[in-house]
Amino acid sequence: MKLELQGITKRFGSLVANDNIDLVVNPGQVHCLLGENGAGKSTLMNVLYGLYEPTDGRILVDGKPVTFRGPGDAMAAGIGMVHQHFMLIPVFTVAENVALGDEHTKAGGILDLDKTRARIREISDRYGFDVDPDALVEDLPVGVQQRVEIIKALVRKAEVLILDEPTAVLTPQETDELIQIIEELKAGGTAIVFISHKLREVKAVSDVITVIRRGAVVGTVDPSASTGELASMMVGRKVSLSLNKAPATPGETTFTVRNLTVPGAGGQNLVDNVSFDISRGEILAVAGVQGNGQTELTEAILGLHPHASGSVRLNGRELLGMKVKDIIREGVGFVPEDRKVDGLVGSFSIAENMILNWYNEPPFAKGLAMKPAVVLKNAREKVAEFDVRTQSAEAPVSTLSGGNQQKVVLARELSRPLNLFIASQPTRGVDVGSIEFLHKRIVAERDGGTPVMIVSTELDEISELADRIAVLHGGELMGVVPGDTSRDVLGLMMAGMTAEEALGQGPGQNPTPAGEGGTAAGERISGEHAAGEETR
Amino acid sequence: MSIAATVTDPGVTGSSVKSWKAPIGFGFGALLALFVFAIGGPATTAVFRVSDDSDRFRLADIALPANVVGWVVALALIAIAVYSFLQIRRGDRINRWAGIAYAVLFVVGFLTWVVGIADRPSISLAGLVAGSVTLAIPLIFGSLSGVLCERVGVVNIAIEGQLLSGAFAAAVAASISGSAYVGLLAAAFAGVLVSLILAIFSIKYLVNQIIVGVVLNVLVSGLTGFLASTLLSRDSATFNSPPGLPEVRIPLLADIPVIGPILFQQTIVGYLMYVAVIVIWLGLFRTRWGLRVRAVGEHPQAADTMGIKVNATRFWNVLLGGAVAGFGGAFFTLVSVSTFTRDMTAGQGYIALAALIFGRWNPIGAFFAALLFGFATNLRFVLSIIGTDVPSQFLAMLPYIVTILAVAGLVGRSRPPAAGGIPYVKE
Repeated sequence: MKLELQGITKRFGSLVANDNIDLVVNPGQVHCLLGENGAGKSTLMNVLYGLYEPTDGRILVDGKPVTFRGPGDAMAAGIGMVHQHFMLIPVFTVAENVALGDEHTKAGGILDLDKTRARIREISDRYGFDVDPDALVEDLPVGVQQRVEIIKALVRKAEVLILDEPTAVLTPQETDELIQIIEELKAGGTAIVFISHKLREVKAVSDVITVIRRGAVVGTVDPSASTGELASMMVGRKVSLSLNKAPATPGETTFTVRNLTVPGAGGQNLVDNVSFDISRGEILAVAGVQGNGQTELTEAILGLHPHASGSVRLNGRELLGMKVKDIIREGVGFVPEDRKVDGLVGSFSIAENMILNWYNEPPFAKGLAMKPAVVLKNAREKVAEFDVRTQSAEAPVSTLSGGNQQKVVLARELSRPLNLFIASQPTRGVDVGSIEFLHKRIVAERDGGTPVMIVSTELDEISELADRIAVLHGGELMGVVPGDTSRDVLGLMMAGMTAEEALGQGPGQNPTPAGEGGTAAGERISGEHAAGEETR
Repeated sequence: MSIAATVTDPGVTGSSVKSWKAPIGFGFGALLALFVFAIGGPATTAVFRVSDDSDRFRLADIALPANVVGWVVALALIAIAVYSFLQIRRGDRINRWAGIAYAVLFVVGFLTWVVGIADRPSISLAGLVAGSVTLAIPLIFGSLSGVLCERVGVVNIAIEGQLLSGAFAAAVAASISGSAYVGLLAAAFAGVLVSLILAIFSIKYLVNQIIVGVVLNVLVSGLTGFLASTLLSRDSATFNSPPGLPEVRIPLLADIPVIGPILFQQTIVGYLMYVAVIVIWLGLFRTRWGLRVRAVGEHPQAADTMGIKVNATRFWNVLLGGAVAGFGGAFFTLVSVSTFTRDMTAGQGYIALAALIFGRWNPIGAFFAALLFGFATNLRFVLSIIGTDVPSQFLAMLPYIVTILAVAGLVGRSRPPAAGGIPYVKE
């Protein structure tokens, strides 16, 4: 099946999300859509899948124009989509999820899931998916959930499969498996539209790359193009390559975590007996697939988990059991992983957000009274220092772009003398220009002699910032390895191997640049850090 | 989305750690049993009559020495409380059967005690059970309405209003037409009308569903109250003297002791209740319709991407819920009493809501939860007949105390449909 988009334009009010986009997808071909967050990739695919109606333009299937009034029409035309946030019902079984909307029934509308189960087994065997039709979806690992999504599309005889940011939630190993699956689907004649902002994997899977920037097609390139070339097309200007930070000069060890455990709902521990140290002037990066205890680890250190046990010591003082406010007074700076939920009060002004954690202390307050003039003066200075792009320091912080919001959070947290700096996903959903800036500020904090802990799910960011890397899996610490450890070894650790096992298996022992793991550091560009903006 | 949500939800992690709620509650209950049922146990014999004199088959009465039963029950409860304490201390969860055994024993102990201290320590078990079922009928219809609405993601606080409008419409339509069956249909229609407002406001205009529900309850109460005090009282012979629904007795089967009357000697509303529980359960969990309904209530975006019309599904389900609650409303004027009086549902819609939650959004669970509440209400009537020393005010509180304990204490971590109360808007 040949799919063509001609002149697709989609406007939301005055915002042009897609501007006159042309795209041709041929059978047996992997067509990548490359672009930054907010470039309009997902909007385009939602138009194609019938979720949005295009303002202008048309869709042709095998040369005939079609209109999709809803996803049902698109599916009937042979288009399947795997959304970035899976469209699976957690409390349903795999079979129920696959059957939904296309159920086999006996007389009287009684469900006949046996046929669906048989189809799932058939597809599962053919592509080696290893999916149990009767498993509850919420019990499945993310990689398997993604396969369920692919099965959903294949059961409906999809000839064009759209994968929207499919690797955002996967470990490197799961990504490799996905790429294999894509190869097999391609061999079977399925056309694949692969949406991503990660240059490495785009180059690995695609036959054709279309780059999108600000809603418009910038150009179509061959996958043999260099990552630098792709990056500048995507961003629209030359982007600086790696950070080139100076080697760390660790000082005395002032932050120690011992046997930290955070109990969870079902009896299992969300953070399980984790111990590590961070020295002054050193960045420890915590790697792991999202949801493996990183959130709880940082929250426990900040005193947000009343049932955490173990020991967290900073400059010899036990933080566990202290109130959050007192922990902040001990000089702990904290950038939460979701700035919109935990980092900022959206309707408050930039100035007010800059002092959220010390609003009641001098010089911002005296007795019961706040001093708005001092607050504003402070904000103006910080806005200038951190290059926050805004009309006024009194504007609500929600009017800023993601990158500028994150600068506000960082400005607040880095404006005090710190004894420990923790940043969770410091550059998630942040534009490329801001990423460079934020990374430099974090390294500067390290060079100023603060122990720094970074939590990130992006391996590129980990490799770039880390002096040492701690890998979490299922709440357990798989090990702490040097900052230049190869991606393959990190990937194995993120999948649950200890450092020793991973080093024994992976190519980490012989550091020849082989495959993905060996991509030269100089080739990495900061554009790859822009992770999927969380839209909860 | 779901993945990130489950991982970062602090509420989940907070509630996880050793919970002493159950052992402490068990302990208090056991102490109460010790002092009241055992030490305060009367030296009388509590008699539970299994059969009545008129029955075709007669079984022997159950006679229990009140203070002996009191001691046995109290000691057993203490044992269970200690056991659950030890389980929690070991880091385990409390055995489900321990909880059920505790509840059953406590009820046996309480009944024996409360009958034992009465002037005439003898009650009819069959009457107690049959009365419970009868009183539970409107609750069951109400909570089924809640199941239908909430499973599809619309919170239905308006059950009370649906019941009341059903009661009113049934009374008026049956009086005017002279047929109780016309009244029954009118009740369903009135319930649908209330649902229609709920559906339009919550689905189309995205108004907060709880506010719409509460406002609807007030509206229906005011409107029916106004009409009752004007129209109905002016000419009650024409407008407010509905013929009752006859009891349909199935021969032979109705003669089975205890369960015969509750299953086979009911009005059409009673039989409809059983049918509705079974049909809605089958429908929700065994049919294509049910799969889609549950999908819409759990994850509307996912349902939408599978080509299911989310808001249409919601709309029709809310209307269906209204019809079901309407039948429950008809019970008040066509079965229970034969005139409509102002606010005669008296908060039963809210108890139905509690039954829905206690029953974990499952029709069969809601059925048993409603039965429990019906039992508590009926006990109050039965006890006042046999002349108990317990003050009537305390007896009047019984159903509500049971409701609070059930919803707050015994539900545990039940999981409502994930999209409940959230309007679905396509971006």
